[in-house]
Amino acid sequence: MSPPETEAETEAGTLRVSDLHVSYGRSVQALHGVSLTVPQGRIVAVLGSNGAGKSTLLRAVSGTLALHRGTVERGTVHFDGVRLSGDAARSVAAGVVQVPEGRRIFGALSVEDNLRAGFLGSARRSRAELRAARERVFAQFPVLAERRRQAAGLMSGGEQQMLAMGRALMAAPRLLLLDEPSLGLAPLMVQRIAEIIHEINAQGTSILLVEQNAAMALELSDRASVLDVGQVRLEGSSADLAAADEVRRLYLGETYETGCASDANGDAAYATAASAPSVTGPGLTELGRWNG
Amino acid sequence: MIKLTETVLNGLALGSVYALIALGFVVIFKASGVMNFAHGSLLLFGGYVTARLHDAIGFIPAVLVGAALAAALAGLVQLLATRGLRGAEIHTLTILTIGVDVLLSTELNRQVGADYLTMGDPWGADVTRLGSITVADARIAGIVVAVIVIGAFFAAFRWSRWGLSMRSAAADPEAAALMGIRLDRVRLIAWCVAGALAALAAVFLAAFPAPGLDRTTSQIALSAFPAAILGGMDSAVGALIGSLVIGLTAAMAAGYQNELSILGAGFSDVAPYLVMVLVLLVRPTGLFGSKELTRV
Repeated sequence: MSPPETEAETEAGTLRVSDLHVSYGRSVQALHGVSLTVPQGRIVAVLGSNGAGKSTLLRAVSGTLALHRGTVERGTVHFDGVRLSGDAARSVAAGVVQVPEGRRIFGALSVEDNLRAGFLGSARRSRAELRAARERVFAQFPVLAERRRQAAGLMSGGEQQMLAMGRALMAAPRLLLLDEPSLGLAPLMVQRIAEIIHEINAQGTSILLVEQNAAMALELSDRASVLDVGQVRLEGSSADLAAADEVRRLYLGETYETGCASDANGDAAYATAASAPSVTGPGLTELGRWNG
Repeated sequence: MIKLTETVLNGLALGSVYALIALGFVVIFKASGVMNFAHGSLLLFGGYVTARLHDAIGFIPAVLVGAALAAALAGLVQLLATRGLRGAEIHTLTILTIGVDVLLSTELNRQVGADYLTMGDPWGADVTRLGSITVADARIAGIVVAVIVIGAFFAAFRWSRWGLSMRSAAADPEAAALMGIRLDRVRLIAWCVAGALAALAAVFLAAFPAPGLDRTTSQIALSAFPAAILGGMDSAVGALIGSLVIGLTAAMAAGYQNELSILGAGFSDVAPYLVMVLVLLVRPTGLFGSKELTRV
């Protein structure tokens, strides 16, 4: 055991969401007391179906709730011991950057301008720093270097996802928020994106991953929470969750009977997903949607 | 042939002044989605400040102060819209600009009265003769200044941090916010830039051969609206081309009004709108407009 850490040390680079209540307008309550922690250098996944509150949670962290007329009614979001107050520019300056759902790249702008836009919110200003950040992103995503002058909207879905992630990395985030990075991508490309997420994390960036593709998310992450109608229904290590009956039934498209013995191994989750079409049961219809 | 050359030069001069107005109009629309119907009175305000100050502080400082105050006033309108009416619909804000226009133009009309205010510009009524062609110096100056200012604008739009923030925010406000771009600030600067451009345009609208700044100057500025719409409302390049088209049309219709007398006197006032309607019939989104003009 390492010696006991002071509170400041345990908070360094940690995202701490405590008892978060969020509502849209006067009547629509989207989150009811959600708490969640992303320790420095970890990948934490948030699972849940449509409308569970996953995107709302990310908006509260990235400070874009106001754009959707949402307000935090109760609870706090802290990163690195600093309270994030719902201002997107401040979240970015603090090192928390979100890759939005559906990629949302600037289609009419060139790939290079998209990357430059990602640099605008960072505290660094100089041309040398811009160039260094761009070279790092090009090293991670060589395809972006090849297409740097092309209009971003002309790239394939997978390449656009890479650009969206590269654009976010331009701000040198300490915590990356990923909203459904696998959405609408072919299975091979999903695998590639998963590898990239793993690489980004290996370079020291913490990741909060929101996914409907539970197999991918549980394979990648250290811990995971399952959101359901605005509340955390389950929380635990990803291996445990992958083995939990409820998760298997609801999110991995399995019935109770067809459990796989080597759950703890991440590969099993992939194998399960791949073989799922032969499985019958209530999970099947949902699976179709995830792979869609 | 001489007349044609003169008319084309006049048209280009008029078009470049319209371009200053239309660009501001488009920049505001791109940044905040609002059609600024107060643009004519912002222009009149900037011109009025210049006209009142040039005796005391000289022409160029007066123009700069006029542009700065018009920029500040435009910024104030934007602050009123975002702070005072936080969360209001874009349509509401557009109506708000009509209210601002009524207030401003009423007060400015009271101040200007029935006079023609001179701008104190150094060109006066001088003309330059190139062979048998005669052009007012003020018009040449108008073209030169517009080319420089518009060139600087496009360079900033293409290469500066503000320009990139502006283009990103116009393309997708939420994604831009997620990059840490401050939407409020981008919008505020857009309004200020538009106000300054309008004040500059006022100087050349009031210069020779116009008799000076009067309360109808803001209505002349209305001709820049069809220029912006013709260009596609959300395209800076479109606003520039549209302005030149409208400027040339107006100058042609005025220069050849005897030949066009069958269409009635004052056809040159209508001609820009006619061109706009004809272009929109063929290209409903304007020359350079994006297909989808609704904004989120």
